[in-house]
Order: sequence, then structure tokens, then C-alpha cells
Amino acid sequence: MAFELQGVGLTHGNGFRALQRISIRLGRGERAAVIGPSGAGKTSLIRLLGVATRPSEGRLNILGRNPWQLPAGELRRLRARIGTIHQAPPIPPRLRVITAILAGRLGQWPAWKALLSLLYPVDIAGAQATLARFDLADRLFDRCDRLSGGQLQRIGIARVFYQEPDLILADEPVSALDPALADAALGELVAESERRGASLFASLHAVDLALKWFPRIVGLRAGEVAFDLPTAEVSNGLLHELYAAEGSVLPTQASAPAALRHGGATAEAMAESGDGTLAANVVRLDTCRGR
Amino acid sequence: MNARETRDPCSPRGAGDFCLSCVLTSGLLVAAVVASFAYLEIDFSALFAADSATAMARFAASFFPPDLAPDFLQKTAHGALQTFAVAMIGTLLAALAGLLLALPASGRHGIAAGRLSRFLLNLLRSVPELVWATLMVLAAGLGPFAGVLALALHTTGVLGRLFAEAIENAPPQPEQSLREAGSGGVNAFLYGTQPLVWPQCVAYGLYRLEMNIRMAAVLGFVGAGGLGQMLYYHLSIFQQAQAATVLIAMFVLVLAVDALSDRLRTRMARS
Amino acid sequence: MNTDTDARPYAARDPDTRARLGWTLLALVLLWPLLLLAEFRPWALFEANNLQVMGAFLAGFLPPATSTEFLGLLLKATLETLAIATAGIALALLIAIPLAILCTRALAVSLIGPGPGRLGGSALRAAGRALLTFLRAIPEIVWALMLVRVFGLGPAAGVLALAVTYGGMLGKVYTEIFESTDTRPTRSLLAAGAGRFAALTYGLLPNAAQELTSYTVYRWECAVRASVIMGFVGAGGLGQLMDQSMKMLNGGEAATILLVFLLLVVLADALSATLRRALA
Repeated sequence: MAFELQGVGLTHGNGFRALQRISIRLGRGERAAVIGPSGAGKTSLIRLLGVATRPSEGRLNILGRNPWQLPAGELRRLRARIGTIHQAPPIPPRLRVITAILAGRLGQWPAWKALLSLLYPVDIAGAQATLARFDLADRLFDRCDRLSGGQLQRIGIARVFYQEPDLILADEPVSALDPALADAALGELVAESERRGASLFASLHAVDLALKWFPRIVGLRAGEVAFDLPTAEVSNGLLHELYAAEGSVLPTQASAPAALRHGGATAEAMAESGDGTLAANVVRLDTCRGR
Repeated sequence: MNARETRDPCSPRGAGDFCLSCVLTSGLLVAAVVASFAYLEIDFSALFAADSATAMARFAASFFPPDLAPDFLQKTAHGALQTFAVAMIGTLLAALAGLLLALPASGRHGIAAGRLSRFLLNLLRSVPELVWATLMVLAAGLGPFAGVLALALHTTGVLGRLFAEAIENAPPQPEQSLREAGSGGVNAFLYGTQPLVWPQCVAYGLYRLEMNIRMAAVLGFVGAGGLGQMLYYHLSIFQQAQAATVLIAMFVLVLAVDALSDRLRTRMARS
Repeated sequence: MNTDTDARPYAARDPDTRARLGWTLLALVLLWPLLLLAEFRPWALFEANNLQVMGAFLAGFLPPATSTEFLGLLLKATLETLAIATAGIALALLIAIPLAILCTRALAVSLIGPGPGRLGGSALRAAGRALLTFLRAIPEIVWALMLVRVFGLGPAAGVLALAVTYGGMLGKVYTEIFESTDTRPTRSLLAAGAGRFAALTYGLLPNAAQELTSYTVYRWECAVRASVIMGFVGAGGLGQLMDQSMKMLNGGEAATILLVFLLLVVLADALSATLRRALA
């Protein structure tokens, strides 16, 4: 079993109930996609499963453990077995691609190895092999702020592949990719899960991609599970009911929203915190020296 | 008048308003200045009298020509190099110590550790370099090493505070996501936050190095070696020609280091 | 990406290695002589006689000296420090204001038109700027050290050193403030035939006054610190007293003076903040 949720709910600090009465079970090596309109709680669900937020109620079992009752060391080891692909890859813009990918195994590395790898990458071949699966091997030594949003998103996926987790979670993993690349990237995700027997649970915006690549679909609406069925049993009517609030057209690859620049945008925002404030800061702290 | 559109010339108060506190403060300021001169009992008539002016002129003239004898130039060059070394090593030590203190000061290791390291940084920072130097001359003996320690102590306070702010202001997501993937604290910092704050920290360090070159040049006044000690020595035995050479060397050193760090900064900004 | 690079197998080695190795080696090669020059000997801290001197000195810190006689001396020195800072800033204003007016392009009558005497005017402005640069290029403590040779030990040298350096700094910043405020009222006044003084008081000052006072008060705060420092070369005040106590290895006195110094800095900070608010 990869994870099992029983009656799980999540209430934010401001009283907003993001998730309620969620009961899902995913078997080892099983693949499922979660779909639903914006604000349905897909990201909250992924964060819960990634042991990034603590549920307010219900029972949570991930890879056979109850994460919030584990001692710190055990919790870290459990987290190292879960790989989360973020919609906007949280990679510092100045990092080189190779470093960003090798960072996937930081959970297994002692500090000295991590430090050494910053000076000279310890596993160039491994990172290169992972990157080759996304046709990006030639960007291995480039800096991440030289990449497009789509390339960066694929680097984020590659990092999780390099981590080799038992449970792969993905939060809109292909939102910044054009249709052909998105299809290819999902194909790689599925192939990776098959190859290593890892479980895969992904939230997707495009319904057509979910139907194409996943044998099981979970529909999420207003923080609750609307349906949880094998793909063959998901009818058009069910889908239209799920997306009723968003109009009569189902979100697909072609109608994907303008999330395309998302990854790039965060990288820019991060880069901006660089030098702008520097001079003012120094002068303020360094009182009498401004000449 | 044009300015009326952008800003009332008599702002923030109209001319008609009588500002009692402004008048009172101005009066107090004038009184403070008068009281200061009275307290110091400086005889300004003597200062600006003719014979004082000639004495001053003679003193100024005695700096020329500077002593350019080869062996003295060599001594000055050594002094300049020593000053440079003091500033470099002092800043380097301070950057290391500042980073070590900045980690707890940015609140990463709990509130108590944060408070304590902040207090320490503030203490280090508020004691001026020259005061540290007099203390360090006692602790390590006369010579440049005392200057290194003095610079390092004060600069640790300054850089530590700046580093801590940089770390606090960095976006938390990269490090957060690494922790969620099971990474330990050190590793997550090295790969998540360090790449974000590194350029800023290096720029702070370079900026501080420029300051410290100026400071290292005067720390010698209290016996901490370098150009300052030479200047102090030659002035105290009334060798103004030698002092002039040392002053020129200080000037050149400061300009050279400014230019160097300027180039490094533009290089970094480009990459 | 051209086909040439595509055909080659991907680099299996980090292309940055050589540069990194080179910089590291260079740094190490340079570090060694720097350490030698700086006489870097951490163990000197633990030599028996240094430990003894420092230990005895630090032990003397507690309790801080509190004899009435010493406290009287301390009060006198503190007042002297404040007086040096205030008098120094006042004299600095005498240098800074005329030079700033001279250097401000917005106040140049000859630039209108441009009229006669334009070249002479800009030469004068350049000379003024050069003088300002020279005045602030030399740190106040170096001026103090030299002026002590002329005027003898005591506050006079400190006041004059502050006046010279801070005159240069204030003059430069005043010029910048004048140039950055809205200069159109001044221009129109000058063009209408008003004199420099009238143009300054009616055109520039109303807009710039607040920034000018705020910066001047802030500089006063800096002058308080600087006057303590200058005491170490004999320019009077708290610094001179601290220097003496340290030379006599009187830990108790040094501790009291350090505490007073820190207090003074905090108070000057607070006072300058209040003043800036009051004058705003």
C-alpha cells in the first residue's frame, strides 16, 4: 500500500475548510490522477500526502507509517521516500541544472557529501542519464535561470526521478509545457513508475491527459471526493458535473490556461531579491560611512 | 509657479501657521552650538590670528616634497601591503564568523538562540574598530595581528546582521521543498537558501572590504601595524616628508581597492 | 545549438572545474603571503604574558570604576565629546553651505541663456567640487592626528578635523539634494532676474529644507561617534580618557567608559531621531 486516508480533513488557520471527509487508498505501484476545478483542494491533498501539512482530522497512513507520530529521524527517512513534483519547481535560479537534479538525493547524503557536490558534482553520469530522458542532457551545466519555464518544470521532474522515491506525487506537473511535451513528460512519469514499481499520484488540470495516462481517476470538488473510479467508468456526464462551476467546456490540453509562464515567473521573482536592496541596507547599517 | 502643482512650496505647513515646536527646536539648537563653543573654551581669535596662520602654512609646507628615497618607498610599500593584508584577513575571518552567527540570528535555530546571537552581533557592531584595536593590542601584543582581530570583531557584527537579514528575506520555498523530500537542515540550507543569498553576501563582503581598507590604514594609530603606525610614528617625530609619502600611499591603496572591488562587482552582476 | 556539438558525446566532466580549481589555487597562493604579512598568529592570544595582561585587565572590568572623582572626570569628558561634535558640525556648516551654493548648477546665473561668464562659472564649480572631494577624502582621524601637531592636544584639533571632513561630506550631499529637488522654481526666479540668494531662499530651500536638516542631524549623530574615536589621537573627550585608562591597564575605568560610550551612542541615536521628527 502506498497511502491510505480515512476521513481526513484540513482546515486552514483562517477557518477555511480546504479538505473534508477524504478517504482514498492507493496500492503499491498503482497510478491515479486527481482532477477537479480550481480551488477544489488538489494542491492541499498533494501537500497532505507529501507530509508537508498536518491534517486537522482523520487517519493518515503513508508507506505504512503514520508520519505525524514518527520521531524526527524516522520522519526524515520517510520523507526521503516520497518525491513531490511541484507546479512551479522551487529551484533557486542561480543553481546549475546538475546541482538542482543531484539535490534530489540530499535526503540520503551526509552533509560532507552535499558540500563536496557543490564544489564538484559527485554523480555527473547519473544526473545526465536522468536528464537525457527529457531531451535536456545538453543543458546539464547550464544555470537554471537560463532555462524556459517549461524546461525548468522538466528539471523539477528529473530531480524527483533522481531521488528514486517509492511514492511519486505530482502537483500539475506539466502545466508549463506545450501539448506535445506535456504528453511526453507524462509518458516518462508513467514509465518511471512502471520501471521501479513506484506508486504515482498526480493532480492534473487537463482532463484529456488524465484520461489518457491514468487507469484510475479521483474527482475532487469543494474539498470532497466527488468520485473515485477506474478510468473506463468515468462518464462524460460525471466530468461535466464535476466542472459545472467552470462552464460547459472541460479543461483540456488545448484550452490549458495561461499557466505557461508560471515556472519562469517564480524564478524571476526569486532573482529580484538580489541586489536591489543592497545599497540601502548597507548604508542603513553602516551609519557614518556614506561618503 | 510650477512647483505649486507638484508640491506646495511651504509644505508641510502653510506660511501662515506658526510652528512653535520648530521655533523652539531651532532656538535650542543655536543655544547648544553656543554652549558647545563656550564649554570647549577654544580661543578662536588665536586660532585664526596671523601667526597661527603662518604656523599652519609652515606645517603644511613641511609635507613637501614627500620623501621618495627608494628604501623609504620600499618601507612604505611594505606598510601598504600589510594594511591590505590586515583588511583582507580581517574581512575574511569576519565573513566566516558572521555567517556562523547569522544562521541562528535569522531565527533558524529557535527564538532563544536568535535573541542571543542578535545581541552578540549588536555588541560586536557597536564597539568601534579603534576601541577593539586598543583592546586587541593588549590581548595579542602590538602589531598587525591585533588589527586583524579588531577589524574581524567589528565586521563580524556588521556582516552577521546583514547576512541574517538576507537569509530571512530569501524565499523559503526551495529549502522547504528539500526538507519535505527528507533532507537534513544543513543540506537543505546549502542547496535551497545558500544559492539565493550567496551573491548578496559576497557583495556585502566586498563593500565591507573597501571600508576596512580605510579603517586598517588608521588602526595603526593605536599600534596595530601597517601604514597607520608609520604615519603616527613619523608625525610624532616631526618627519612630515615621510608622513606625506605614507598619506599618498594610503590614498593610492584606497583607490586601487575601490577599483578592484568595483570590477569584481560588475563581473558578478553580469554572471 | 549547432550540429557540431550535437554530434559529440555530452561532456562527462564539469566544464567549470578548471576555472574553479584555478581560482582556488590562486586564492590559496595569495592567502599565504597575506597571512604572513598580517602576522597571523592566533596562538599569540594564548601566550602566557598576553593572557596574563588581558586577564588582569578584564578582571579589572568588574566592578566598573565608580569613584566620584572619576565620574566627575567622565562627565566632563562626555560633555566635551558632545561639544566637539556640535561645534564641529557648526563649523562644517560654515564650509559646506557656501561651497554647496557655489557648486549647485541650478543656482548658476551664467548657465541661463547661456549667458556671459559661462566657462568661468563651470570652472569655479569644478574647483569647488574638487575641494569638497579633497576635504572628505582624508578620514577625520587623520586630520585630527595632524592638527594635534599644530594646535596641541585637546579639543581644538578635534573640532577642526570634524569641520574639515564633515564640511566636505555635507557640502557634497547638500549639492546633491539641491540638484535633485525640483529646480524649476529656482530657474524661473533666476530667469526673472532674481539674485542668487533670493533664488535660494524662495526657490530651493522650501523644497529641500526638510531633507537638509534631516541629513545634518544624522551627521551630528555620526560626529558624536567620530569625536570619541578622535580622542584616541589626543583630540580630547571620551576617547582620550579611554585611551589613557587602557594604557594604564585600568580595567574598571575602561569598563565604565565603554558603558558610557554605548549609552551615548544609543542616546545620540534617539535624540537625532526625535530632532528629525520635530523638524519635519
